[in-house]
Order: sequence, then C-alpha cells, then structure tokens
Amino acid sequence: MYAQMVDTGLNKVVDASQMSPQEQAFQARIDADVKVEPRDWMPEAYRRTLVRQIQQHAHSEVVGQLPEGNWVTRAPTLKRKAILMAKIQDEAGHGLYLYSAAETLGVSRDDLIDDLHAGKVKYSSIFNYPTLNWADIGAIGWLVDGAAIMNQIPLCRCSYGPYARAMVRICKEESFHQRQGFDIMMAMCRGSADQKAMAQDALDRWWWPSLMMFGPSDAESVHSAQSMRWKIKLLSNDELRQRFVDQTVPQAEYLGLRVPDPALRWNAQSGHYETGPIDWAEFQAVLRGHGPCNRDRIRVRKEAWDDGQWVREAAMAHARKRAERESRAAA
Amino acid sequence: MTSEWPLWEVFIRSQHGLAHKHAGSLHASDAEMAMKNARDVYTRRNEGVSIWVVKSADVVASAPGDREALFDPANDKVYRHPTFFPMPDEVKHI
Repeated sequence: MYAQMVDTGLNKVVDASQMSPQEQAFQARIDADVKVEPRDWMPEAYRRTLVRQIQQHAHSEVVGQLPEGNWVTRAPTLKRKAILMAKIQDEAGHGLYLYSAAETLGVSRDDLIDDLHAGKVKYSSIFNYPTLNWADIGAIGWLVDGAAIMNQIPLCRCSYGPYARAMVRICKEESFHQRQGFDIMMAMCRGSADQKAMAQDALDRWWWPSLMMFGPSDAESVHSAQSMRWKIKLLSNDELRQRFVDQTVPQAEYLGLRVPDPALRWNAQSGHYETGPIDWAEFQAVLRGHGPCNRDRIRVRKEAWDDGQWVREAAMAHARKRAERESRAAA
Repeated sequence: MTSEWPLWEVFIRSQHGLAHKHAGSLHASDAEMAMKNARDVYTRRNEGVSIWVVKSADVVASAPGDREALFDPANDKVYRHPTFFPMPDEVKHI
C-alpha cells in the first residue's frame, strides 16, 4: 500500500454520541455513499487525515520513479527502454493527479513538497530498496505495482470525490505497469539459466518488502478503524495482503520461480495461501529511515527540486513580464 | 522568493461530438505551458481531441450552502418531465 500507517490524529474512533449535529450529518452522508466534494463542510480530522494519506500516496508515486530511473540508460533493448520511460512518465502523472487532489483540501503544492523533503511525511517503504539489476525492474512492475493496484482499486470507491477520481484514472494506467513487469520476468525465465537465476534473485529480494507494503496488521489500529468509518480506507491491510498473496503465488509458479517463504502453503479449507511471519522490525527500521536507500532518495529529490528553482522562478518572471506587456499594449 | 505557478483546470473533449469534460488540474506559469502540461498529463493514451485550460482562480463555483436555494425549486416542478402526463395506450407516437 502506498500510504502506510496514516495517522488520523485521534486516539479513539469517534462514535455518534460525541459528534456535533454537523458531524453526524457528515457521517450519515458517508454511510449513504454520498461523495464528499472539496467545498463541502468536513470535520477537520477527516480533512487532515486525507491530506496526509493523499500526500503520502503522491510522494510514493514521485519517489517511485527513482529506482526505475536507475535503469533507463541500461535497459537491454530500445523497446524496453521506451516502455520503461513511458511507465516512469505515468508515475510522474500519477503523482500530479494526487497532488492536485490534495490541493483541493486547501494545501499548497510547495508545502506538500517541503513536507517530503523535511521528512515530515513519508512515502512507501518499498522505494527505499535498491534496484541492483534489470530483473529488479521486472519484479517491481509485477510485485510492487501489483500490490499498489490491490490497494488502489478499492480506493476508487473512497468517500472523497477528487481522490476517488484520481484513483480511477491511475488504476486504468497501472495495469500496464504490472503487465510490463511480468513480461520482463517471463522473458528472463524463458532465457538462459543465468537469466532465470537473476529473476529468482529479484523475487527473493522483493517478495517480503512487497508484502510489507500493505503495512502491519491493523486489526487493533484506531487510525485504521476511523479511516474505515470515513471510507478513506476500504479494506484492512491483512485482507489486501492476503488477496495479493493469493493472486501472486500462482503467477510465480507459472514463471517456474520459488516464493522465498518456507512456510508458504495452500490451505484447501480456507481457499487461501498461508504465509510465514513478516519481519516487522525490518519494516519499522525502513520507516525510521534505516532502509538501504532512504537518504539517497531524499537527497536526489531535493537536488532535483533545488536545481529546478531558477527554472520555476524564470518561467514565472517571464509570464509576468509578458502579461504586463500585453496589458500595456491593450491600454 | 516563493514562485508557485498558478493552478489551471483542464477540460478534455474525448471525441468529436462530445462536450469537454473536467479532467483535473495542474500548475503552469502561463497558458502556453498549461496547454503543454495538459497534453502530457491528461492525454497520454489518446484520451482527447481538444483541450481547454482555464485558470482555477477564474472559475466561479456555486457554494455548497446554496444547494437548497439553487436546486430545491426544481423538486416541486415534476410537470417539467414528460412522464408527468400519463398517455392512454391507444394514443401512439407521443
């Protein structure tokens, strides 16, 4: 999931008796599946939580370009390179749709970006892992984008109109990403023994971080429960993770790859796969900034932002000057 | 100096014969850049045959609080719909 452990700023789920009449009316509309639109009244905690969630999601799209950008110049063929560039361009677009959705809640784009650079707001833990070789580009598309789709499809029905609409657009484009990843994996698995070993190595390294993307079990989480009442989270982290495992394991089998989980087994009774324990200490460490690439990702983002400052200022100065010249000519 | 570019709303005509529809928004320093960015951000997969960009600040929107005043008066005028007038089965083409 691209937005992980989003804080609602509340320490318990708000029930009807604690709500003002205005809040009750708001919750009733959400319960009736009426979408909330930007200028509608909304509780401050709902607005703040949404800003945080959409912002995390947007930052993830943008930072997610970095591990892939690493391989643009080293893609094995011109075709693969063109496809990878199209995918990275999509990620930039997805970030823009989401920033725009967040801005409808009364925050400025620059403030959102400042929050990322200051480390106040996170992006998905997954993008703090390195892309060591071309097989990683395949594994990212297949697993990481696959996990993202799992999370994003339910969000197309979320209660906030601009966020839901951004999700619809993103989901339409995202399945290209997953398929191009699987296509890379297929090519490598049908290739030489060395190529297949690279594909296996990529799966070995990306499997567990992909499962961590959904976040820790949120059965006990106040924030998750409140977000579900507000319908800005539709399914629990564990539910989404289970769906992902159930759909992905047969795909790995098709590729002839081994999922790196000795405890993985099919439970015929439940109709689901059972998995071994996830190393949540690793997840927490990555979130705290101790993943393999945390510092590097933010440094590169900041550099790009700072290097572009003069361009942003020059474009604005040019626009102002031209507008002045035009208004003088009209006078 | 803070220099955040103004916000623009993007409207796309998906095919000839259909109206332009709001697609989303973006930042750009002027109209020309807004048009280029709209093309890159909102029409990467042949979604459009025509683009309008409008400065968000120039959009005049109705307030949610005015909803009742604006739209409720239509509620008690059901006679504006053809189904208000039952027609006998024998009468055709009406």
